[in-house]
Amino acid sequence: MNSEQLVVAYLIAGVLFIRSLGGLSKQETARRGNLFGFVGMAIAMAATAFHPRVDAYLVIGACLVVGGGIGAVVANRVAMTQMPELVAILHSFVGLAAVLVGISSYLAPAEELEGVEQLIHLVEIWAGVAIGAITFTGSIVAWAKLRGTLSGRPLLLPGRHALNGLVAIAIVGMGVYFAQHPGTDLALYLLLGMTALASLLGVHLVMAIGGADMPVVVSLLNSYSGWAAAAAGFMLANDLLIVTGALVGSSGAILSIIMCRAMNRSILNVVFGGFGTGDAKAPAAGAVDQGEVQEVDAEEVGGWLKSSKNVVIVPGYGMAVARAQNAVHDLTKNLRDAGVNVRFAIHPVAGRLPGHMNVLLAEAGVPYDIVLEMDEINEDFDETDVVLVIGANDIVNPGALDDTSSPIYGMPVLEAWKAKRVVVLKRGMSAGYAGVENPLFFLENTHMLFGDAKSSMTALVAAAS
Amino acid sequence: MGVVRESQERERRVGIAPPSLKRLIEKLGFEVIVERGAGEAAGFSDASYEEAGATLVDPATVGSYREAETAEAWTADVLVKVNPPTLEEAKRMRSGTTLVSLVFPAMAEELLADLAKRGVTVLALDMVPRISRAQSMDVLSSMANIAGYRAVLEAAQCYQGFFTSQTTAAGSLPPARVLVIGAGVAGLAAIAAARALGAEVRAFDTRPATREQIESLGGTFLELDFEESGEGGGGYAKVMSKEFIEAEMKLFREQAKEVDVIITTALIPGKKAPVLVPKDVVDELKPGSVVVDLAAAQGGNCELSEPDVVVEYQGVKIIGYTDLTSRMATSASRFFSANVTTLLKECGGAEEWNLDMENEVLRGACVVLDGEPLPPPERKPMPEAQPQRPSMRPAADAKPAQDKIMSPTRRAWGTTLGSFVLVLTLFVLGRFAPSEFLQHLTVFVLACFVGWQVIWSVSPALHTPLMSVTNAISGIIIVGGMLQVGGGALESGELDLASILGAVAIFVAAINISGGFLVTQRMLRMFHREDGR
Repeated sequence: MNSEQLVVAYLIAGVLFIRSLGGLSKQETARRGNLFGFVGMAIAMAATAFHPRVDAYLVIGACLVVGGGIGAVVANRVAMTQMPELVAILHSFVGLAAVLVGISSYLAPAEELEGVEQLIHLVEIWAGVAIGAITFTGSIVAWAKLRGTLSGRPLLLPGRHALNGLVAIAIVGMGVYFAQHPGTDLALYLLLGMTALASLLGVHLVMAIGGADMPVVVSLLNSYSGWAAAAAGFMLANDLLIVTGALVGSSGAILSIIMCRAMNRSILNVVFGGFGTGDAKAPAAGAVDQGEVQEVDAEEVGGWLKSSKNVVIVPGYGMAVARAQNAVHDLTKNLRDAGVNVRFAIHPVAGRLPGHMNVLLAEAGVPYDIVLEMDEINEDFDETDVVLVIGANDIVNPGALDDTSSPIYGMPVLEAWKAKRVVVLKRGMSAGYAGVENPLFFLENTHMLFGDAKSSMTALVAAAS
Repeated sequence: MGVVRESQERERRVGIAPPSLKRLIEKLGFEVIVERGAGEAAGFSDASYEEAGATLVDPATVGSYREAETAEAWTADVLVKVNPPTLEEAKRMRSGTTLVSLVFPAMAEELLADLAKRGVTVLALDMVPRISRAQSMDVLSSMANIAGYRAVLEAAQCYQGFFTSQTTAAGSLPPARVLVIGAGVAGLAAIAAARALGAEVRAFDTRPATREQIESLGGTFLELDFEESGEGGGGYAKVMSKEFIEAEMKLFREQAKEVDVIITTALIPGKKAPVLVPKDVVDELKPGSVVVDLAAAQGGNCELSEPDVVVEYQGVKIIGYTDLTSRMATSASRFFSANVTTLLKECGGAEEWNLDMENEVLRGACVVLDGEPLPPPERKPMPEAQPQRPSMRPAADAKPAQDKIMSPTRRAWGTTLGSFVLVLTLFVLGRFAPSEFLQHLTVFVLACFVGWQVIWSVSPALHTPLMSVTNAISGIIIVGGMLQVGGGALESGELDLASILGAVAIFVAAINISGGFLVTQRMLRMFHREDGR
């Protein structure tokens, strides 16, 4: 295959990737979108195989088969509640691949370069390896945090910003030397040393971020993995890699932005904030006597649900932790069969991955057309008889709207309190991850159903049937 | 615990209804004995009590010489009743019993003295303080709710027209106009019920704070051109000044010309009910109109009303039923019983029974403790306008404050600055960089923009699949790995370090690609619509 044909094949693959992402905009076309992506990938790989530079088919084939096989097994085994972990660990693979390709490209450049071109090539390698290394280790830490292997609490070293700054300066400084002295042993050591430093930076950056901010981190790492691929494209002068990297990079960036807006925080606040430390200043409202909460048992709630016209369920991370989604589905189905209009309200940051709740509910068999976004349903709370809040806290905190002293002031929230009744399923009275008291629990139309979300839901299913 | 039959005429309610028994027996540990036929009038059969775990006993035979022995339920540790016992009935009670019922201590001095002599403890349900925590034990509220609702139904029964508007081939009729005076619990329930029947509802109350509640139920709040707040604490209104009442009467006379139904619910604690609908207001009503007086038992809000009967005056029917709650005895008993159950829980239940006089609710309700009459507790000074709970609900207009944080100006500055830096960088690059690099850069920037446009339209519900698919796609770095393997390496017959690194890259990227696409496929297959498409 000559290089013109290769360009055409890459063009086709690039178009397919764009169509793939476009297809995901709606549920109806999403599966087709995934198929496009797969075909695009196949074309790109096939075309590359005919590249004049590629000849070690045996090695490539073996790696492909083994790697692909492992991927397939993992994809089939993973539980939907573990999606965030899977996505995080897959990101780390991209980061690792980018590091390896970068170093390899330094060792064996495609063509001999001179002058400015060589300089640019070296800078590309440097940037690609750095981003790749940060993505690699950052993703591993995120994965461990999501799994619970590492504590979700942010690790806040003293002077961590200065530390990060120093490491960043060191990386740049070493880069300057590296770009000026290519080919020397020292340059290679510098490259490896920088890889190690960037890896440490990745670990430290993610360690400092609280467990509940992981959705932003995961999408940010998604973005990084894209930029790493784009950087690899630059160093190999491969447009397909550049295009794909840019697509993925902007995709991750947008997801991060969406999440941050949903929390009314800037991306810098999330990345450097150390939010959710629990030692955040006590909310000023705490000084006011909050009153007592009203407890309720499943049986009574069941009665309310049966006699309601409109019910909205607000799931949160607690539902995922307790794996209560199947019981939620049963309740939904029973009530809908009985003519109750049950719908779901999903806050953009509910769960540990953007759209995580949607996937869990879909897995349990809840039809997606009754699962609504915050903006679609916030107006309807006025006419809702019962709101069931399952393991969610901060996303239904009215303090976000009117309590200027609240750390989450300004975060858009689901206005559950407007409904006639709110029932909160919760383990105990602990605050949400933001460490904020939730005045919702003390309102006169709010009732608390304490206990593990799954057993409470199971009791509710019995009580409401 | 004993549950007995009510003896009062027209009383159909019962103190404990079977639905509460489960909680009483299982959660609070009571043993419940119920007189046969206690719940009959309220629609609860003896069997339903038995089924719920209560023991049935024969009712005390009135006047029998063996009365004291037969009155098993009366001698229980806790005796639950709706109405206060008569002096006759009080004879059946023994020392140490706790009586839980409505008492109206102001009107029952003799009875209380008698009960005290017998060593009885009395918890008066009507004395439960009206604080938010005690709302679930507030029998007066739950009964007032029922009375208000029933008042509308009684009015509808007597009223000879439609409540809701009609548009038919035989002509059109406007909706009935209902005036509710007094927007306490009963008044609000009446407003809601009348609205539900389709009537046009106006309401009046001396407390301006009620306006919002009235309007929230779809009623119109009648303005009085007069400044005086009638907030009297505890959810009741106070007695108003003479000038105020004159202005009020003028308003009612005007309204009487228009409305078809008047429902009055005005009570001032411890006083005779104020006359709000004197004869001259009734004179203004059209024949066929209906007045329902919820205060008939306390002297009546309407000058012409008489307790328990319907008076007809110049074609206007004036209903003075005092047993509105007993006319809905089933629901009323359920509420009553639930309130009592919560109060008993406050007492600690059967196992940890403790009448803690430090407890604001119990202290308020307790009028006789172990035979000692207790004076009413000192009333805490009520705050000016006392909301039911500290209002922590954000105001409806709290949103703008929120929008301010995400200042558009700030965002616009950020965007402008960002583009400026980008353009500058591109110019510098354009000056120095080789053309091949610029070509790649062009592709890169364009791809960023395409990605930006495409991704924004992705439905948030699909963000997780989006992530896993972009993740798979970013495995395209495999191409880089493929290019690095070989590249002349095999000419020498062995793999060099660059090729090995490339091979490892291929390996991990392959995991990524297959894992990403397959898991996305798996997820997307789960999404389905309700109609199965």
